[in-house]
Amino acid sequence: MTTRDLVFTAVGVVTALSALLSVTTKQVVHAALWLLVSLGSLAGAYLVLGQELVGLVQLLVYVGAIVVLVLFALMLTRAPIGPHAEIDTPWWQRLAGALLGAATTALLASLLLPLFSGVTADLDAPTTTTPQVAQAVFGTWVWPFELLSVLLLVALIGAFAVSRLVLHRDAGDGAERRSTVTSGAQAGGRG
Amino acid sequence: MIHLSLPAALAALLAGIGVYGVLARRNAVLVLIGVELILNAANLLLVTAGSRPGAPLSAGPVLTLFVITVAAAEITVALAIILVMFRRTGGIDLTAVPDLTDEPDEPDEPGEPGEPGEAGALDEPADDRDRRDDDRDDDRDAEARREPAPAGEGAA
Repeated sequence: MTTRDLVFTAVGVVTALSALLSVTTKQVVHAALWLLVSLGSLAGAYLVLGQELVGLVQLLVYVGAIVVLVLFALMLTRAPIGPHAEIDTPWWQRLAGALLGAATTALLASLLLPLFSGVTADLDAPTTTTPQVAQAVFGTWVWPFELLSVLLLVALIGAFAVSRLVLHRDAGDGAERRSTVTSGAQAGGRG
Repeated sequence: MIHLSLPAALAALLAGIGVYGVLARRNAVLVLIGVELILNAANLLLVTAGSRPGAPLSAGPVLTLFVITVAAAEITVALAIILVMFRRTGGIDLTAVPDLTDEPDEPDEPGEPGEPGEAGALDEPADDRDRRDDDRDDDRDAEARREPAPAGEGAA
């Protein structure tokens, strides 16, 4: 056990426990907040593993954007405040889910632990430093990287279209004759 | 120096927890939280594999960055779909089978644009009665459907 092992164990315990809480808590908003803790401490785990860039991107994208999106979605869908049993499936289904989850963990662990047993990474002379990552992104991986920007654009337009098309029809078939002007103004305001 | 079996074990644990989260939740947003946990397990495994000595092409961290980007795109579209579902059905319970289909096509109403009510009233009394029935149905439909809308108002 080296110092890094100990630090990683501490961070990993926080990550796993908060992940467990985020899938078991009965309070909807708490689930998102525990997810925040879990993803943030996972960023810490990346730091311990010597990947500062990945850790910072994790903080920026996951903690900064995705969890905020999830919180917004919870608010917009009128998440109930306080403990609420309605957000979970019945107990037998949860039991089956727990069994399947444990089976997944057992399968992955039985596969990965022998694979990584005894392998150590010397982080004082790391194999991949941030400059190397940058050179790889804009060298070897430049085409996938460009494709990703197209993907982000597609996702942006797709999310916009999904939420807008239905709104259009909603305003179109029912309320069109009564309030053409109003529905037009609403559509414009939403755009 | 760090033993890489620790992060590998954590990745396995996170994946299992994520699977449980997907299967044990009824709220659609909370199911997405489980999906995020699984994605993070994959990320952690990529970083772990990438820090093995002699890993080529910086593939571990680079692919992790890619997966994070794809996850951001995925959750954007998924949340948009969830919001639309909430607006249409008034709830995001995944076990209550929602009716996401279109209503059966309403017959094309005569005299679509403008003010059909006053203009057509004198000409075709029978047709007008039909149309008033349609109107009432439409109004009820529209109100029923519009009810959850204020919550989704700020979505787009």
